[in-house]
Amino acid sequence: MKARWFSLIVFLVAILVAAITTATVTNDYFYTASFTVLQFVILATAWNILGGLTGYVNFGSAAFFSLGAYSSVVLFTLFKAPVFVSIAVGAAVAGLVGLGAGYLTLRLRGVFFAIATLALSEVLYTFVINWDFVGGSRGAYIILPDEAPLGFRNNTQYLFAVMALVTAFAISVARFIEISRLGRGLAAIRDDEIAAECAGIPTLRLKLISTTVSGALMGMSGATFPYFMQYVEPTSSFSLAYSVNSIAMPLIGGMHSWAGPVIGAILLGTVQQYVQVTVSSAWNLLIVGVMLVLFVTLAPNGIMGWVDAWRTRRSRS
Amino acid sequence: MELTADLLVNALVAGILLAGFYAAVSVGVGISFGMLDVVNIAHPAFVVLGAYVAFYANQRVGADPIVTALVLSPVFFLLGRVMYRVYYYSFEQRGQESLRGLAFFFGILFITEVGLILAFGVDYRFVNTSFNDVTWRIGFVDLPLRLVVPFVVSLAMMLGLHYYLSRTFFGRSVLAVAQDPLALQLMGVNPRRVKELAFALSLATAGVAGAFLIVIQPVQPALGREFIGLVFAITVLGGLGSIAGTMVGAGILGIAESFTATFFGPSWSPAVSFGLLLAALAFRPAGLLGR
Amino acid sequence: MNAGLLAVRGITKHFGGFYALEGVDFDVGEGERVGLIGPNGSGKSTLVNCITGTLSNDDGSILFNGRDLAGLPAHRRIRLGMARSFQIPRPFATMSVLDNLRIPLLYAAHTHGGKWRTDDEAADEAMGILKQMGLEAKADEMSGGLTQVDLRKLELARAIAARPRLLISDEAMAGLSSNEIDEILAILLAMKDMGIAVVMIEHIMRAVMHFSERVAVLVAGRKIADGNPEEVMRNPEVEKAYLGE
Repeated sequence: MKARWFSLIVFLVAILVAAITTATVTNDYFYTASFTVLQFVILATAWNILGGLTGYVNFGSAAFFSLGAYSSVVLFTLFKAPVFVSIAVGAAVAGLVGLGAGYLTLRLRGVFFAIATLALSEVLYTFVINWDFVGGSRGAYIILPDEAPLGFRNNTQYLFAVMALVTAFAISVARFIEISRLGRGLAAIRDDEIAAECAGIPTLRLKLISTTVSGALMGMSGATFPYFMQYVEPTSSFSLAYSVNSIAMPLIGGMHSWAGPVIGAILLGTVQQYVQVTVSSAWNLLIVGVMLVLFVTLAPNGIMGWVDAWRTRRSRS
Repeated sequence: MELTADLLVNALVAGILLAGFYAAVSVGVGISFGMLDVVNIAHPAFVVLGAYVAFYANQRVGADPIVTALVLSPVFFLLGRVMYRVYYYSFEQRGQESLRGLAFFFGILFITEVGLILAFGVDYRFVNTSFNDVTWRIGFVDLPLRLVVPFVVSLAMMLGLHYYLSRTFFGRSVLAVAQDPLALQLMGVNPRRVKELAFALSLATAGVAGAFLIVIQPVQPALGREFIGLVFAITVLGGLGSIAGTMVGAGILGIAESFTATFFGPSWSPAVSFGLLLAALAFRPAGLLGR
Repeated sequence: MNAGLLAVRGITKHFGGFYALEGVDFDVGEGERVGLIGPNGSGKSTLVNCITGTLSNDDGSILFNGRDLAGLPAHRRIRLGMARSFQIPRPFATMSVLDNLRIPLLYAAHTHGGKWRTDDEAADEAMGILKQMGLEAKADEMSGGLTQVDLRKLELARAIAARPRLLISDEAMAGLSSNEIDEILAILLAMKDMGIAVVMIEHIMRAVMHFSERVAVLVAGRKIADGNPEEVMRNPEVEKAYLGE
């Protein structure tokens, strides 16, 4: 399917879902839960561009998420910026940091990039809690006007619709890359970087593009967060849950195409929303961690891997 | 703040004492990552686990943390053997160790941290030892025993490891296995087994280092993550796979952090280790004393 | 001999105190068939790595088509028209055989107009190369599951797909049966008709002697002989180097 048609379909689905839900559902909790799931769909999709497609592990999704979130805080505090502006700026900031981190570490082995992303999380957290302008460890409030734009019933529903669009955008980007010449190059880098370089692929340049795009999309995921919650503080925005889920969801869903992270995020995200209210959030995270380890050792190709294997078996018989 | 000789010397001394502890924390990664090429980023989490075990023993039976650690190091050793086997059969054998191996250890890190939260909660925990509040004084130099004791024991452990790895047959097999596993096999030594035992050794050091940790400062479950940058910075700075190098790297980092804490405040420590790690990676990927 | 395609002068490469290459000179002319031999560990693969840019030489110069390659990353050197196969095959294991060939066609080989190929153009050309190698039946198979000889052919096919002027074949025949060796030999001999110069690194002497117009010998990082194959093999120093084998 050509990229154009795919994007169109994805956006139409997103608009339909947003329209129908906001017209019929009023339960606030539903929107919070769904918003969180969408956050994860974007994060998982973004992670997989660098992870499943290029073969480089990012442990610091929370950092890129927070770059977006805190860019929003700054923009709103200074200019009362509307959410779309924050999304664009968040993407730019997170993308640039991704580029910078990549430039410093991607010429070395993949493990150093991974460690750098983890350390990045810790360091950014330190900066944020020491930065009074964004509220430090106390956090920052975003007070939106009572009237939601574009005739939505309230801000919650408006931002849910915005998030649906951002999700559609992220998925479109992921698929576009996957089927493009760039995507083939990234897959070659993942399979064997030295052979890829010797096949004419400018590996450093492609890896930097991958990190930048991945980081930017994660930033977009974070940019809407303060608007939705109308409050953000470092402990939750830098939560390890974002980093772990970004890895677990593509792993469980399947890392070899755009569909895996989406499936993994929707499944695991929904399960977590449920577990979180029935058990504690700590147990929830433990379950995610255990599932991550189980899947990575026993079923490394994830759910989509099972689907592909089943399809191959069927076509053979 | 006045730049007095008093302040400078004390910051230096504290840095050196701290470095001893940092070396003990990092030597395990020096072995697993530097020599075996296994990226065990969960190592700091096991240090914290060791600290909590020491805390628990101290709380229940009043045991001295360092004694607890030495007694329990066989348990950590065994745990290391199990972990390596899972890692080996799931990843290294299949040649997929880079991405999936990393994800695996990250999952272990995470499970350990969350497990500790569930078992002990998020509050800071500390131990009561006989030397907790004792500070020796030589002139204007402070030597708090809670730093000195771990420093001395760390030093002993490092020297012991250095001797073991360079003089004994097993030790040299470990150094050899990274460079030429085939030659090792031809000598009748099973490379996989050597790696397994070496990895187990690295995890045992984590347990012991954990005891030092809780003597030096109170612990909470997320502390492990703050140490990752530090541990890998030391390992890279010191040259992957060199005990002496680890000590040098630890020295650099310990002194740098001590000075930062004295003059800028302790909350900037992660920035220091991360900054030094980046600098180390940018300028000397092979480390300072590496091969 | 025609004008120099590859001119390597005084290449030195050391790893710590170990000198893998010391002052090595090496030339390849357009369309020439050169054999490069030497005992294990003599530096042949290191030389290839330095030429293609996977490793950077500590001293000396490498000129390709008169252009100094110093500082150029490997992918740029490939795009200038050189290609190499790996001693231990390195297929893109999650891709099919066809897709493996698409990569160099999309990234290494400019078309005549100086533009890159489209996905479909690359697929068509890849099929053409596969037919040449006798691999077209396996086009859609996962490259990770191929037999040894097919993996070697894929390595060479991928190198050819980069549309090089110079192909360096690194021990493509090691461990193969006599028939399989002949298959690989035929592929390499056919390169001449495509105007591709070939450097064959091999231990299998009958193949080297049959194939080469010229033979160079590396021992312990130094070139000890370079010239007519028969004369080189009669060189006492070369005999000495191989007696221990």
